[in-house]
Amino acid sequence: MLELRHRGSCPGPREAVSPPPREGEAAGGDHETESTSDKETDIDDRYGDLDSRTDSDIPEIPPSSDRTPEILKKALSGLSSRWKNWWIRGILTLTMISLFFLIIYMGSFMLMLLVLGIQVKCFHEIITIGYRVYHSYDLPWFRTLSWYFLLCVNYFFYGETVADYFATFVQREEQLQFLIRYHRFISFALYLAGFCMFVLSLVKKHYRLQFYMFAWTHVTLLITVTQSHLVIQNLFEGMIWFLVPISSVICNDITAYLFGFFFGRTPLIKLSPKKTWEGFIGGFFSTVVFGFIAAYVLSKYQYFVCPVEYRSDVNSFVTECEPSELFQLQTYSLPPFLKAVLRQERVSLYPFQIHSIALSTFASLIGPFGGFFASGFKRAFKIKDFANTIPGHGGIMDRFDCQYLMATFVHVYITSFIRGPNPSKVLQQLLVLQPEQQLNIYKTLKTHLIEKGILQPALKV
Amino acid sequence: MTELRQRVAHEPDAPPEDKESESEAKVDGETASDSESRAESAPLPVSADDTPEVLNRALSNLSSRWKNWWVRGILTLAMIAFFFIIIYLGPMVLMIIVMCVQIKCFHEIITIGYNVYHSYDLPWFRTLSWYFLLCVNYFFYGETVTDYFFTLVQREEPLRILSKYHRFISFTLYLIGFCMFVLSLVKKHYRLQFYMFGWTHVTLLIVVTQSHLVIHNLFEGMIWFIVPISCVICNDIMAYMFGFFFGRTPLIKLSPKKTWEGFIGGFFATVVFGLLLSYVMSGYRCFVCPVEYNNDTNSFTVDCEPSDLFRLQEYNIPGVIQSVIGWKTVRMYPFQIHSIALSTFASLIGPFGGFFASGFKRAFKIKDFANTIPGHGGIMDRFDCQYLMATFVNVYIASFIRGPNPSKLIQQFLTLRPDQQLHIFNTLRSHLIDKGMLTSTTEDE
Repeated sequence: MLELRHRGSCPGPREAVSPPPREGEAAGGDHETESTSDKETDIDDRYGDLDSRTDSDIPEIPPSSDRTPEILKKALSGLSSRWKNWWIRGILTLTMISLFFLIIYMGSFMLMLLVLGIQVKCFHEIITIGYRVYHSYDLPWFRTLSWYFLLCVNYFFYGETVADYFATFVQREEQLQFLIRYHRFISFALYLAGFCMFVLSLVKKHYRLQFYMFAWTHVTLLITVTQSHLVIQNLFEGMIWFLVPISSVICNDITAYLFGFFFGRTPLIKLSPKKTWEGFIGGFFSTVVFGFIAAYVLSKYQYFVCPVEYRSDVNSFVTECEPSELFQLQTYSLPPFLKAVLRQERVSLYPFQIHSIALSTFASLIGPFGGFFASGFKRAFKIKDFANTIPGHGGIMDRFDCQYLMATFVHVYITSFIRGPNPSKVLQQLLVLQPEQQLNIYKTLKTHLIEKGILQPALKV
Repeated sequence: MTELRQRVAHEPDAPPEDKESESEAKVDGETASDSESRAESAPLPVSADDTPEVLNRALSNLSSRWKNWWVRGILTLAMIAFFFIIIYLGPMVLMIIVMCVQIKCFHEIITIGYNVYHSYDLPWFRTLSWYFLLCVNYFFYGETVTDYFFTLVQREEPLRILSKYHRFISFTLYLIGFCMFVLSLVKKHYRLQFYMFGWTHVTLLIVVTQSHLVIHNLFEGMIWFIVPISCVICNDIMAYMFGFFFGRTPLIKLSPKKTWEGFIGGFFATVVFGLLLSYVMSGYRCFVCPVEYNNDTNSFTVDCEPSDLFRLQEYNIPGVIQSVIGWKTVRMYPFQIHSIALSTFASLIGPFGGFFASGFKRAFKIKDFANTIPGHGGIMDRFDCQYLMATFVNVYIASFIRGPNPSKLIQQFLTLRPDQQLHIFNTLRSHLIDKGMLTSTTEDE
């Protein structure tokens, strides 16, 4: 531990010796920090120079090396730099979209794994930015603690959601029963262990840095982990609730870019100078139309429309059911002005398409605020991209910043307007009660169901 | 606003007007030497002394150190008396007090953030912080209140709609705040604004969630509110006393005044105190019964048949203690066994909340969170150890004491679709038949 501490005390931006650079470019950055810090020591001594300086004093974190594959580079070597970038972006976009289709084909379980993988990568990207901003690679225990907290929070959420859906599977295994019953207590104990480790790891000269990293980790967890779990819950409602929102956001990104490219003139917001009002509005209308059509196409297939269930007999996920009313064609009478335009009295629609208008509207109007938030964040910390995972596009987080709010909205929308509480959760809670309470409830339910005519009193099953 | 900036910048020149200057010098010496900045920096001076004039005059004759001891002692007794009065006044007043404490803690922590980042002048920021506090409180109160006031809510039409679409409304309110934040980003201050945004959210996470868990615990029965809080306070006081009289081995570098003797002595004293207190309180219905809202009288009632937890039972004393005490059996409330768990947590893990707060204060070079209570510091200083306790009690209750609430389950059941209801009904039926609680022939009733 002693050498860890020593390494940790080596320090900060103010000492003459900079810490051994992890990436070659970082050393250059440190030098800049030192010269500017001397000027500020008088006023901002008390709270450390890192905090109160205006943005212009913070040096840029140089981007890591370019990761475009060699093949692409050779193929495009003939073109000018601008078109080369355009082609790279285009090819990578198509690659990502095909990857998306492939995973959809492979089923819900793969989708869950994909979502988990993306969440971990986003978390990693944001935490790495924090490390670079605060030069805190050497803080004792900190990387371990960040990953530990990620594990704890994921364990808590997966336990809450997964236990609901795998209720039948869980009932069989004795150890799982124990884990489920005391799930909250176990998660809390795990979190506490991490918290106590944090407190014990506080090192004299680095209190502030450590608190910053602690807060940074927690805010990142709040953003990435909760969103990813809401995405998974939406997925379990039916893959269409996962596909249509995500496609709407992607479509909005692409069409807003295209409209802006061809017609863009009036800048939208100072944060993102490349966005224009023409792109924004054009993107809005095309996304609504796209959502409408995508909803129509997907609503036909049981595979997309049915809630995902885990069948213990076949030990896999199945999506088979009687589609709910939302996904059955209904005829609507058109309001008068549309009647005149389309010259039809009625139209056959899935009710879900009406909901898809709401989803697309949110994706086009509010979704971009998630993008502005991420842009502001990048400007605040003077980074060009979150990471360099995808050539031409930046990090995973860059692709998913607009999705951030969408997942929460879809979840809130579903719970408020579409369905009530989760039936399997109610069932699970019922099974946990004392037998006498269960019997009482059984009798109450029976009376209620018979009253409503759902249960035939003479039925002997 | 610039004068505020200058005032803060000039403060270090004025000597801190503290009464306990000798003992302070030792602590200051440590914090100054652990310089995260190389130059000599004085800690943020405390604001003007808030001790009422009365006390000042009464104690003017004593030396500075004893004066401080007396001020702390008197204020401690005043706070404890205040606590008893509030308990007497009932659950509604308690809820309001919890809410006020929460708001004050939030205010204290946010003010520290402003001081650290000199960010008084950031556009919109104070408005946004209070707005987010309002949103999150609205969300949490809506979730808890609807459960407990179910019948009241169902009766009134506007309340019913608010409760049905509660999550959507809360999310919309939060979104508005989020969009306002994005629109308020100003060119040269992006980083500061993001810091304050993060600071606000972490503070909300800490302060608001804990206070709502406290209210949840309160509704379980006032004893679940009083015993944990008293255990933490008792541990604080006992550890201090034991440390004062017997303290020798330092406990942790973060808080040099804490000692192992204080820690262990406080642990045993708190467990004993918890046992005694729960014995006394378990006898009274008003503490033991869940708080319910009576629709007819439109007020809170605490009247019920005490559960098994609060009925005296005979326990056999294990052999080893039998020889010591000379009794074969002892009559205890089962709740007292639980209180041992609560006291243990309060003494062993609770202090980590205190260390966390100490580390935080050292990180930002402040002596106290604020100066609300003379001799003690801010509200947050008194409540830092409670921080983890509320969550623990809530998790403990959910895991070990009660299962899900049957009436709530019935409510949820009634909102499901008919086919889902049928499915659940049939599953429950087969489960009960499996367990032998139900036989197929009894179906014909």
